[in-house]
Amino acid sequence: MEKIKNFSLRNFFTSDALRKLMSFAALIIIFIVFSIASENFFKFSNIIGILLATAVNGILALGVTFVIITGGIDLSVGTMMTFSAVMTAVFITNWGLSIPIGILGGLLAGSFTGFVNGLMISKMKIPPFIATLGMLYATKGLSLIISGVAPIYFNETPAFRQIATGSVVGQIIPGFDIPNAVMILLFMAVIAHILLTKTLFGRYTFAIGSNEEAARLSGVNVAAWKTAVYAVCGLFSGMAGVIIAARLNSAQPALGAGYELDAIAAVVIGGTSLSGGEGSILGTVIGAFVISVLTNGLRIMSVPQEWQMVVTGAIVILAVFADVMRRQRN
Amino acid sequence: MSDALVRMEGIVKVFPGVRALDYCKFELKAGEVHALVGENGAGKSTLMKCLAGIYHPNEGRMFLRGEEVTIPNPRAAQDLGISIIHQELNLMPHLTVAQNIFIGRERADKTRIFLDEKWAENETRRLLKLLHLNIDPRTKAENLTVAKQQMVEITKAISFNSDVLIMDEPTASLTETEIEDLFVIIRKLREEGVGIIYISHRLEELKEISDRITVMRDGNYIDTLPTATTDIGTIINLMVGRTIYQDAPHVPENGDQPVVLEVKDLNRGKEIIDVNFHLKRGEILGFAGLMGAGRTEVARAIFGAESVDSGDIYIHGEKVDINHPKDAVKHGIGYLSEDRKRYGVVLGMDVENNTVMACFTNFLQKLGFVDDKATRRTALEYVKKLDIRTPSIAQKVKFLSGGNQQKVVVGKWLTADSEIMIFDEPTRGIDVGAKSEIYNLLNELAEQGKSIIMISSELPEILRMSHRIIVMCEGRITGELTAEEANQVKIMTYATMRNNNPKEMVDANAAAVLQP
Repeated sequence: MEKIKNFSLRNFFTSDALRKLMSFAALIIIFIVFSIASENFFKFSNIIGILLATAVNGILALGVTFVIITGGIDLSVGTMMTFSAVMTAVFITNWGLSIPIGILGGLLAGSFTGFVNGLMISKMKIPPFIATLGMLYATKGLSLIISGVAPIYFNETPAFRQIATGSVVGQIIPGFDIPNAVMILLFMAVIAHILLTKTLFGRYTFAIGSNEEAARLSGVNVAAWKTAVYAVCGLFSGMAGVIIAARLNSAQPALGAGYELDAIAAVVIGGTSLSGGEGSILGTVIGAFVISVLTNGLRIMSVPQEWQMVVTGAIVILAVFADVMRRQRN
Repeated sequence: MSDALVRMEGIVKVFPGVRALDYCKFELKAGEVHALVGENGAGKSTLMKCLAGIYHPNEGRMFLRGEEVTIPNPRAAQDLGISIIHQELNLMPHLTVAQNIFIGRERADKTRIFLDEKWAENETRRLLKLLHLNIDPRTKAENLTVAKQQMVEITKAISFNSDVLIMDEPTASLTETEIEDLFVIIRKLREEGVGIIYISHRLEELKEISDRITVMRDGNYIDTLPTATTDIGTIINLMVGRTIYQDAPHVPENGDQPVVLEVKDLNRGKEIIDVNFHLKRGEILGFAGLMGAGRTEVARAIFGAESVDSGDIYIHGEKVDINHPKDAVKHGIGYLSEDRKRYGVVLGMDVENNTVMACFTNFLQKLGFVDDKATRRTALEYVKKLDIRTPSIAQKVKFLSGGNQQKVVVGKWLTADSEIMIFDEPTRGIDVGAKSEIYNLLNELAEQGKSIIMISSELPEILRMSHRIIVMCEGRITGELTAEEANQVKIMTYATMRNNNPKEMVDANAAAVLQP
């Protein structure tokens, strides 16, 4: 019995538990530091601000988590998001379709571009980096073409804004005005977590990232599941597109580039390995919060935006370095 | 014949530029272990991959219990009851044992959405028990030893309730005891009527486990013989198509040579404990022991690839500091890794660049340009000297056979002027013909005054090649034998001689738990 106990203890220190703990501890420490440094930080309104700021990047990062666990990468999530936002605006404002139909159209637009990514990668055997880089340019261009290089506003459908900035929670519990966008992020995170850990889709996501050839030889239809993973990533980008459009009350066709890097950074800080096979949704959510808490805290302390970027960069490198050190010790 | 479980007839498989199989036939009966032998490239694996649905033969027919079948993909083979355990391990390291075994066959629970982990774990537990394996189904595959991973692969194959089980070099990375365990399982399956196809280079093993042996050569079927009445020499002759002497004479004793390398009190944690030994000029010093005995660790420590806690290294009687492989190279030490493909050669680079890689600085001209003529000359010289079979020195190393890749590595260290060469499992994954060439090469190097440390898990190889044999167990040197006094029994006795100091006994036991 003694031996078994030792064994599980040893497992704990080398396992995912520790790495999750590490990123969570980092988040708590950053939180405490800012709370001490500035009295404006730990306030309800500011916390809500942080949560709201995390929503878009968080949802993008959730989708990218699946892709990165398969050992791939998706550089097009930011511009797929913009494309979905523009399509939603076209459906609702230009075509006059109802809000739910418009949103569904936006989500479909995102899923479809993700699906195309998947086909390019699994059928045409184009490396993910290249395929999604191409898609980054293509969706960026399409967003500009379709919108006529100008923002499309939702002025005739004020209800659309409520999707992000309204608060269903606030209506139920007065004073507790958590924006819908945040609730959508949490809801999507729970869905993503279940999808990743409890379903066949998640199992094959890990299997492909861990040893693609072995999965293939075990009779797993790798091409189909990989395509599905990129399509799901596209769907999450579509969701982010709807939310950012609702927050800005408009589809901004020039927005989007650069978001993919924030999303990848969140995933990496969350402990998902870029070489595939391991990762978690909880980690990604923590990673996304680390980035937005940092940005928010540094801004409150009047650190210039340029320096915020430098700090974010340092954190990403530090997070991965800590992980490398942990592995070497094993 | 009606009693054949599997019959393959006139199988032809053509790859671009190669006729891998040329009208091959093969037959497997229920309840037999049928060994398939041949040199590397003889077509054994290709033939079996046709049977397992991974390759599609260009011509030929396959019968299962007398009925003709076509096998379009691995899944179809599994459905027909044909399982294959591949030469390379095919587990997903990040998944658990249970998840690995039931990959592609997951079951949903009552919700029809979620996976039924309990079912998979219980099934796995049942299967593991059947095979008397002490593995937790929830352990991640990456946390298992190579041997246990192999056992998981076998469990997976058995989980299909297969009638036909193909094992491609299952013992390549197993220790003697683990091989015995595997044989127990194989015999049990045979009794249950499973037909087993067993591919291996270790011919002694085949004598022990197989009922019949089929020999292949250059994509051709050669012969099928009953194991009981066939001796190993006959099999080897059929395999290579020429007579080779498996037992080369010993190199003469060289007692009076000066000591080239001396290692004193080398220590690192529990992996290397009080290691002391010396190496003489022109000597082949065999390092024997079971897997995990610490031999590779010692070699890598001497080479500066890994750090040590304490210990001194003397070369020609002078104390040297080796903290990095580049120091070792400077002192004339070359290390030929057991994992040739990962650490020995750069697969994507050509023969020429691999040859000069360890001492590029010797080929630099002014301004840092590489002297192409000199590198070419050197590469050509060693291709000729070592008889490396390659169409040209511009050939990428990955297209060479295992034996020729090994020779490229030898050429690399000769170019670097190595006096001391450490060969870690020099013949692993190399076929019989190429093996004897490597042996000749080692003997020649020793005769030329190079000093050689040869780590090998194959006892016949150790016994045949070494002037002197050092045996390790659990990080310690447990015995030293001269060529005359050494035999398999003595080596195995030392190799299993655990530390019996009662105070440290606990540690030894703990180590045994961690690396069963």
